[in-house]
Amino acid sequence: MTIQFNDETFRDDFTFRNSPEAIKRFPFPFHEDSYMYSVNLEPHVALKRPGSPFEFAFDVDEHYVSEMADRAKVLADDPLRCQSLPHMTLAGWDLVEYIMEAKARDYPDLFELHKDGDRWRWINKPLGIDDTFTFLDESTLPYGPMEYITRQTQGDFALLDQRDDNLWMDAGMVTTQADWSLDFDIGMNFFEWHAPVPKAHEMGIFVRALKFLLNLQQGAPVRRLNWTMTVNPLLDTSPENYHKWGEMKSKLTMDNIGEKQHLRVELQTLFRLPRSNAICFPIRCYLCSFNDLVSVPKWGRRLHRVIRDLPEELAEYKGFIANRPLMIEWLSQYDDGAPTSDGIFPDE
Amino acid sequence: MSKTEFPPSITSRPVYGELEVRPGKHHLMIADAEGAEAILGLASSAPADLWAQTHIIYIPKSTGETYTGDLRALNPAQMYVGPSYEAAKQRIEDTFAKAHMGLQVYLTGTEGLMGQAMAAAIAAGIPHTAIQTEHRGSTARRMQCVHCKGITEDVTTDPFVCSHCGLNLFVRDHYSRRLAAFQGVCIDAEDPGNVPPQVEVFK
Ligand code: HEM
Repeated sequence: MTIQFNDETFRDDFTFRNSPEAIKRFPFPFHEDSYMYSVNLEPHVALKRPGSPFEFAFDVDEHYVSEMADRAKVLADDPLRCQSLPHMTLAGWDLVEYIMEAKARDYPDLFELHKDGDRWRWINKPLGIDDTFTFLDESTLPYGPMEYITRQTQGDFALLDQRDDNLWMDAGMVTTQADWSLDFDIGMNFFEWHAPVPKAHEMGIFVRALKFLLNLQQGAPVRRLNWTMTVNPLLDTSPENYHKWGEMKSKLTMDNIGEKQHLRVELQTLFRLPRSNAICFPIRCYLCSFNDLVSVPKWGRRLHRVIRDLPEELAEYKGFIANRPLMIEWLSQYDDGAPTSDGIFPDE
Repeated sequence: MSKTEFPPSITSRPVYGELEVRPGKHHLMIADAEGAEAILGLASSAPADLWAQTHIIYIPKSTGETYTGDLRALNPAQMYVGPSYEAAKQRIEDTFAKAHMGLQVYLTGTEGLMGQAMAAAIAAGIPHTAIQTEHRGSTARRMQCVHCKGITEDVTTDPFVCSHCGLNLFVRDHYSRRLAAFQGVCIDAEDPGNVPPQVEVFK
């Protein structure tokens, strides 16, 4: 398989586009016509669906090279988007190994890993990288291990230390986040960093999810989809820069919403790491414009119903309550009331 | 005046207890302003030898001399009165660094004081179980601006102006124990210039 990598931007002139193939494989997050929080965890990679973002441990798609360029810019402006507390270095090495092995296995034409004892040679063809280093020796890499590998991997990453029957967000690379701050949240436990989420605490979701995660086993990764809304294909919707991008949210009209409004989907996976016993939590962001979404009739119908019926607290928390009436008006044009099929995938 | 009762809040927001004398070889009491009342309140239940093993670090802030005489009258083994947490910071960190097993820590006063001293204690390896807290006095908040990362102390209004970058920020309940601060976020990002009037919400 060869991937044609786009040359595109996620800021300023926003030249980001999804190809027809990318639209078809977009991880649409709604398996039915309504949405509410749940403990929506399922095995990752167990059911291989060729071509889908769920096929491999780490999905590499047409946006890879441009997303990595965007990450480099975010980090140059704000190095605090990547932090690792001192005890997390080993987990960073675990992650280096996990990602390199997975990518070399799943995309042999793009990535190669050659091991000679502790001497490793890593070839990343799309980014033009060919590095030789000593595994577990930080002085042989240009960055810390987590930063090194996550500058080459799409999606944000949180590394969770497990102790005292809780998970602690003690390291992360966070440049494509849906409005939360790693610098503020680093060092927090599962309940603390989830504190701002409405309803889910009362529903017992976080207690059950944490219990499940504390028992997560090596070799049995799980995943869930989360979603929100973003105006313009802006990857860096950080609170740090909210005073710069917030104004874009008030610029939607019936004429431009199809092009500007994007459904932002996070494919979140959870892997147990072998040496550190930490959990790695990639949060991979996929963007799709409303125009592109309604090109799949099932998605257009369903999105209208989900947005229309979403509980107020969720629309408020996800930050689109002000634009919701406009979204519903626009989306209603694509909902003829016909029934929709179960599941997230387009009808054949 | 007694300990402050806060309304229920989100799960990152700290909760505080009520100080009680616990057995220990040494006792370190760090307080600001009305926190002095919580220390003085321990006197009635304190064993006779408690104060001879006690180090008090006290920052009176706007209470001036109101409590310093009464605190001295307890006859603590060591007593320091300082002008601000910032000024006392090195002394506090040094005290934690030199602490031995069996130290009991008592933190009382504003959230800013307790949060910072708590973070210093944890960083120095003092076990959670040896630290008690009790909120007294002002509910003013120590706020971090999520944009410029600057800390503004003793915020009493919502919104407030970041003392570093000048943005108008609203006050969240989301709290970082590492930073000992609540989070402030730009209030007029989506509609620049549309800033609601400041309301004094923290007295
Ligand atoms: C262990 C790895 C996880 C990390 C690091 C993580 C992190 C986060 C963060 C930082 C937020 C944003 C909170 C804010 O507003 O500041 C969030 C939201 C949320 N998380 Fe997690 N989370 C994890 C696992 C889970 C799991 C397993 C569930 C399962 C139910 C879950 C459910 C949610 C929900 C429902 C939200 C609200 C999202 C929305 O409405 O947009 N999280 N998470």
